[in-house]
Formats: sequence, C-alpha cells, structure tokens
Amino acid sequence: MRKPPAIFMRFFRWFCRPELKNYIEGDLVELYNERLFEKGKRSADVRFAFDVLLLFRPSIIKSFRGIQPVNNPAMIKSYFTIGWRNLLRNKGYSIINIGGLAIGMAIAILIGLWVYDEVSYDKNFKNYTRIAQVFQNQTFDGKIETWGSQAMQLGAELRSNYSNYFDHVIISTFPGSHKLTFNTKTINMTGSFAEPGIAEMLTLNMVQGTRTGLKDVNGAMLSRSAARALFGDEDAVNKIIRVDHEFDVTVTGIYEDFPENCSFAAYDVLLSWQIIGPAMEQRVGWGNSWFQCLVQIRENVSLSVASQGIKDAKLRRVLQVDDDARFKPELFLHPMSRWRLYSEFENGVYSGGGQIQYVRMLFLIGIFVLFLACINFMNLSTARSEQRAKEVGIRKSIGSLRVQLISQFFFESLLVALLAFIFSVIIVQGALPWFNEITGKNIAILWHSSWFWLGCVGFAIGTGLISGTYPALFLSSFQPVKVLKGTFKVGRNASLPRKVLVIVQFTVSVTLIVSTVIILKQIQFAQSRPIGYSISGIVAVPIRDAVVMKHYDVLRDELLKTGVVEEVAASESAITSTFTTNSGFTWYGKDPNRTEEFVTTGVTHEFGKTIGWKIKAGRDFSRDIASDSSGFIINESAAKYLGMKEPLGETVKWGDNGEWKIIGIVEDMVTQSPYNSVKPMLFFLESNRIAWVQFNQVNMKLRADANAGEALNKITPVFKKYDAENAVEYMFADQEFGKKFDDEKRIGDLAMVSTVLAIFISCLGLFGLASFVASQRTKEIGIRKILGASVPQLWKLLSKDFVMLVVVSCIVSVPFSLYFMTDWLLQYEYRITISWQIYAVAWVGAIAVTLLTISFQSLKTAFGNPVRALRSE
Amino acid sequence: MKKYQLGEFEEVVMLTVGILYNDAYGVSVKKEIEQRLSRKVSVGALQSALKRLEDKGYLKSHEGEATQERAGRPKRYFVITALGKRALEYTKTTRENLWKAIPEIALNPRFTG
Repeated sequence: MRKPPAIFMRFFRWFCRPELKNYIEGDLVELYNERLFEKGKRSADVRFAFDVLLLFRPSIIKSFRGIQPVNNPAMIKSYFTIGWRNLLRNKGYSIINIGGLAIGMAIAILIGLWVYDEVSYDKNFKNYTRIAQVFQNQTFDGKIETWGSQAMQLGAELRSNYSNYFDHVIISTFPGSHKLTFNTKTINMTGSFAEPGIAEMLTLNMVQGTRTGLKDVNGAMLSRSAARALFGDEDAVNKIIRVDHEFDVTVTGIYEDFPENCSFAAYDVLLSWQIIGPAMEQRVGWGNSWFQCLVQIRENVSLSVASQGIKDAKLRRVLQVDDDARFKPELFLHPMSRWRLYSEFENGVYSGGGQIQYVRMLFLIGIFVLFLACINFMNLSTARSEQRAKEVGIRKSIGSLRVQLISQFFFESLLVALLAFIFSVIIVQGALPWFNEITGKNIAILWHSSWFWLGCVGFAIGTGLISGTYPALFLSSFQPVKVLKGTFKVGRNASLPRKVLVIVQFTVSVTLIVSTVIILKQIQFAQSRPIGYSISGIVAVPIRDAVVMKHYDVLRDELLKTGVVEEVAASESAITSTFTTNSGFTWYGKDPNRTEEFVTTGVTHEFGKTIGWKIKAGRDFSRDIASDSSGFIINESAAKYLGMKEPLGETVKWGDNGEWKIIGIVEDMVTQSPYNSVKPMLFFLESNRIAWVQFNQVNMKLRADANAGEALNKITPVFKKYDAENAVEYMFADQEFGKKFDDEKRIGDLAMVSTVLAIFISCLGLFGLASFVASQRTKEIGIRKILGASVPQLWKLLSKDFVMLVVVSCIVSVPFSLYFMTDWLLQYEYRITISWQIYAVAWVGAIAVTLLTISFQSLKTAFGNPVRALRSE
Repeated sequence: MKKYQLGEFEEVVMLTVGILYNDAYGVSVKKEIEQRLSRKVSVGALQSALKRLEDKGYLKSHEGEATQERAGRPKRYFVITALGKRALEYTKTTRENLWKAIPEIALNPRFTG
C-alpha cells in the first residue's frame, strides 16, 4: 500500500489535537487510498496536502496546555533578584557592560531618529505619491547633463497638450530671498513666484483666506511665521505690502508653516506668478531654463507612463522655435518620494548616489556601534563563566533544566539591556542639541509616539537577546559533575570565540579610523588646493538695483577714496560661484559636432587685479585699449578646450554677439566645486555688444591693514548713496568658499564621532577582558615574579595576546576600508590617493590605544606584591 | 434569542449524520454531503464543524473499528443527541414560521400597473 506524503503527515501529527489525531488521520488515509485508486498518486498526494493544510485551523490545532510552563512568577522574580545581585556584586563589570551598551544604544537611537527624519522627508504632503518635478536631460559635448530647471513656456505646453496626465502643472521661480516691506518695516523671506495651483498641490493648511489666493494678479500668501514677523498681531489679510522694493502685492492668505523636514520648509512667501510672468514672456524663451516645473499626476495615471509621455514635449517645441534642439532635450519626471534621497544624476540616469548614501552609511555605522557594544557584553559574560560555573552546577544538580538556566541568563541580559536603554534615553536627550548642530536638523525624541516607544523597547529586548544568546547557551552547557568536582577548567578553545569577537570589534574600529582619516585628508586636500586667486579680504556687495551700475565709475572712485579699499571691480557673478554658462561659440578648427559650453563671466577692467588672478600669457584688460571691449580673457582649461596651438590673439565667434579676440590666458581658478576639475571659462568686459549681461556684484579687495568691521562701516554709506532703498549686504569670499566644504565637513564630523565612540566601546570591552585575565593570572604572575621576572617582561606577557588580536584586526580591516573608501572617493574628481601612510597612522593609533587600555591592568598586576598574590586563599 | 445556535453548515452536517444513522463517521459524512448537495467539503471544515457540534452537545461520538484501508486507525462514529434533535427541530420550526410569515405577493408578484 502506498503512503501519503510523509512531510504533511508529520506536520499534521505535530499540530493536531491528540484526542482527534487518530480518527482524523484514519479519515485522511481512507480518503487518500480511495483517491489513489481512482485518480492516481499525484492527484491523491496533492489533495492530501490540501486537506492537511485546511485542517490547520484553531479548533483542530492542539492547545499549549499540554506543555508545562517553565517559569512561574516566583521564578521570574528570583531570576531578577539573582541578576540584580550579580550586577551589584561586580560593579566594575556592570558599569562597563551597561555603560558600553547604553552608549551603543544611544548612538543607534540617534541614528534611528536621523534616518527616520530623512526617510519621512516630504511625507507630510497629502499628494506625496503624485507630485513630481519635471527634469530634463540634455547632451552637451557628448555628455548628458541633468537639470531640474525648465523654461517657463513648458508650463503652458504641458497644460494644453498633456493635460491627460496631470491635475496640476506649476511653473515657479526657484526659491530666493525676497524683501517684504510693510509701512517702514522690511524683512527678508524666502519664497517663490508661483502659479496658483501650487496651493492646492501642496495642500496648504490655510490659517486665513483660501487656497485660491494666488489667482489674484497681485496676490501673495505668507506663512504664519512670516505674517507674524511682518505684521505682529495685526491682521495681515488684504494688507498691501511691497516686494523687493518693486511690486505692490496684496496679502490674500496665511498658511501654516511647512514642517521642517520637507522640501518646501524654507518657503515663507508665495507670490502670484502674474506679477512677473507676463512681463518675462517676451524676452525669456525655451532656451532659458530658469524655472522649476512641478506637476501633480492624475490619480489613475502611473508616474512612469506620464514620464514617458512627456519625454519629447520640449524637443517638439524647440524644433520649431529655437535652436535648443541640438542639445536633444528629454524630459522626465522626478517624483517627490525621490527628491530628498535620490537626486543625483549621472549621464541622465540616477547615479546611485545622493543623500541615500549617507543614510545607508549612518545606518551601517549605527548597527556596527551597537554590535560592538553587544560583543562587549558577550565577551565579559563568557569570560567570567568560571565564576558562575559552580552556580550552574548546583542549580543543575538540584534539578534545573537547561531551558531554565538559559532563560535565567536571558533575564540577566534583558535586565542589563533595559538598564542600558534607560541610560541611553538620557544620553540621547542630552546629546540631541549637539547632534542637531552637526547634522543641521531639528530632531527631538518622539515622546508622544507609541511607535517610537514600542520600537525602542523592542529594540532593547532585541539587543538583550542578541547579546544574551551566546552567554546563555555557553553558561548553561556546563556539566555539573565536572564543575562541582573542582577540576573544571575552561579549555584553551573556549577563549577562541572571544578572540574572534575582539577581532571583529577592532576590525570595525580600525576600518572607521581609516575612513575618518581618509575623509579628513580629502577635505584638507581640497581646502589646500591652489585656487588660482586670492579670496582673503575680498568682499562682494550684491547689486539690488540696476541703477548702481549706471554710476559705477563714480561709485568706484568713492570706494577707493574711503582708504580701506585697495581695488574695486563689478562682475556678473560672484567669484566663488560662477554658474552662468553659455554656448553658441565657434572658432577656427572647431569640431562642428561639438556642443560646447563655457562658463562666462562679465567683469569690469580691474576684476583681475581685485581677485589677484595670475596671467599666464598675454595681458589683463586695460582701460587704455578700447578694443578690449571685444576681448576675451580665458583660463587654461578653456585654452586646452579650444584645442588651438597658440590661442592668444585668435578670435572666437559668439553667436550673434560678434567676434572676440583672446587677449590673455589666466591660471585655472577654482570658482565652483573644489572637488571637480576647473571648467573652461571666458571673461569679458561690460560693453554694448553684450548689453543683456547683468552685473550683479561689486567686488572689493580690502586693504590688508584695514579692520573688516571698520571698513564695512565706511563702505556702506557709499552704496547707500546710490541705492538708498536696499540694505547693503556683504559676502566675504573666504566664507562663501568655506561653505563649499560644509557637507563634507559634516560627514567628517560624523565619521570622527562614530570612530571615537567605536574605539571607546571596543576599549571598554578590552579593559574588562584585560582586568579579567589579569585577575585570573594573579598567582602565575606572583610565581613568575618570585622567580625573577621583571616588570617589563610581565607587562609584555600580559599585553602580547591582546596586541596580537588588534594587529590581526588591522590586517583584516584593509580590504573593507579600501573597498569603501575607494568607492567614496570616486565621486570627487579632485581627490587623494589612498596611501600606506594613512594605514600606518591608523594602525599605530589603534595599537597605541589598545596598549594604553590594557597596560593599566597589566602594569597594576605586574607591580603587585607577589606575597599577597600567593597568600590569598 | 440564541436558544439553539446552529450554523448553516452545522445544520447540514447534523442532518447528514441523521441520514447516515449508525454509519456516520468523517469520510461517510463528507461523501454524503458532497453527493446530496453537490458541494465540496474539506476534511478540515468538516472536522472542525463536528468538533464544534460535539462541544455544544448536539452530537456524541464513539470509537469504531479499525480497518486496513485506514492504516489501522479507528473510525469515530457520530450520533445525534436529544439536545441535538431539539436544536434541529427548533431550527426547522423557526424556518417554517418565517416561510409562513412571507406575504403571498412577495413571492408571486403581480404587476398591477
């Protein structure tokens, strides 16, 4: 007779109520045999399996009553009592254990909060899943560049021809600082000119007014805090305010401030698009991607479909009206859910980088640091196992089951974990202000979120279980006879897992040290990069009113007369951020297929002198030579880019702007990212040929002996004279330049902190182990001393084992750190190479710290009086 | 009023047990229902219904013979108890009362307009 599938039969026998088992099994077998006969084995097997699975229901499954409960409340109470007494008896170990775990958990909680903050970015928006920004990929010189900016014409185009995809299409300016004036009071607020749908799209929480407020031709909506700043307790709605000393607008609504972790957090004012839109339509075309285009996709349309659908929306238009078609613009949608974490593009597709890298990195660090703390716990518990062996032996002989012992040790580790958790919450609360400072966030413990507490308690218990498993299994495995006879010795092999764990700990620590050193070196490397000009003492004043440039020469004279200014020059963009680019250049010998792009900066004659650029060939602009108004000064990169043997004196044609002669070549200057190679740059003078170029900055070089504060006091009135309405703002070039390192510095800080903590936790564990080993070998040391061993010999004896472990860790860590950091460095064009010196520094550091940690114990033992060591007992 | 609680499937099972009289055990009940009502009955559903009915006291069971095709496992025969009989009768009368209460027009609607 054939048998039904054994696995299902066993499963059935396992779960079925004992009193029903025989009968139902009989039924099942009877049915099986019948089916076997009628339909064959395969069908019978399948049906049998189904029958068994369908029997798996509450009324058939056996209850747990049959199993005797291991613990009753009295026993659990006893576990806690014993655990607590153990903690009190070994105060040193307890402090190391709980302290280490608490620090590890605090880091994990902080990082958890940070990750939560990052991941929940923008989730406050009701239409979170349907909002997207229109991006474009364009091909310049064979390279695809991805822009988040669009031409203003795209809005109307998407609205009229692609309306089946979108609920809302909004064109807006990028957020910028705007001056809001009411009566005599002026405040600076960040915001945008935007089309009215934005209020509905972002589901603004209106405090006053309705979401239609931007439909008003001169409408403006303020955030609650902006309204309070400008109007105080007065009613703001329907008041007329002046924006940027230029437009009068009516406040039509007040909305609740955006939460801090969203992309619109900075938006304190929304201005009607009608204020600037119509006036711009004449002069701003498809070629000017100056705006952002936000869309809300219809509910029944998928993002990928819409994204595919609009791909050629721009191309189709520019084929008719503009010459931008040669850049092959392809549009795509970048959804809100990816804005924060996945916004880095390479060759037109997501590069795999962006903020998510840091989220992953920190997450990893958090887990590792916590893991290190868990390892401490495991090591210290197993190391002290001999002390508790007798207890285990007696318990077992009295009748404890292994399960009971395991649960006893689990309770002890849970106790430690819970205590550590309480301390960690205190640590987190204390560290949050400082943590917020280095992360630039505003995170708080989610006191009122039950999920947070649930998560934390679960996490504390999880930590207790992870760190308690190994000790519990190990300690409960002792054989009572051996232990109680007194011959019990934990063999050599018993310390092997411990050694492995120490190696793991220090591998992580050394990897972190190496990474930190590399990050800091990379920052330092970029900071000390020769930038080709001088940023110290350069102050830029943004021009807020074009009138200033009409009086430029007089202004310059007066500034020079103040005696604190060495040189003055106006320029199109600030020297530390030259992001204006232009194309349409042709020159002799140019590859006609090349779609070139140059960074272009309009300047006045003394610009070079002001910033101190270094002329490599040719000459600087000169006021005495009139033809310089059609001259270019190019940088070395541009010279290389043009591909001419001797570019000096050659001419370059710039679209409709005529021919330009190259009169000088300057050394490459770092004006954009200090980590990237320098782009080809062109400098030219202000003239009628390029009347459309707007000068936005007056740059001044202060005298070396001038006091900055005093100098500003003298400069301010001069500017006030020509632009009385606007407050004079200052930008110090060195500060602006310094900001370029902020992101990396932040990572450097975080890496540094986590490294220090990782080392601290690892050393804490090592310290505990060292003191344990030292106390174990007290007698041995005593005898050695009597026989004539010297202190250095003993020190070496006690330290050798640990140092060996750290050396092994150093070697093991090499592939990890090499892999991670090579990958990290790849994102920078201008980067250091990882050298053996970095490793040398990290290794020497790690070994030195180890020696310091264990020497305290080993020297204490080595110096101890042998008589006392041997007399005890 | 929840005097006698009897679900639809439970009722079917009880009636079938009644039909089979001294021969009602798992497989026979299953087959009988499948044949008479032409619907599939899984062993699980049947066994849990039988267990529920026994817990309620509508059915009682006794161990029967073990046969070869059952690999030596005994059968478990079910019979209706007095309480079970009352429950069935109660269900039947409530149904009939309900039937009677339906007005003629509801089941044979005539269109007057």
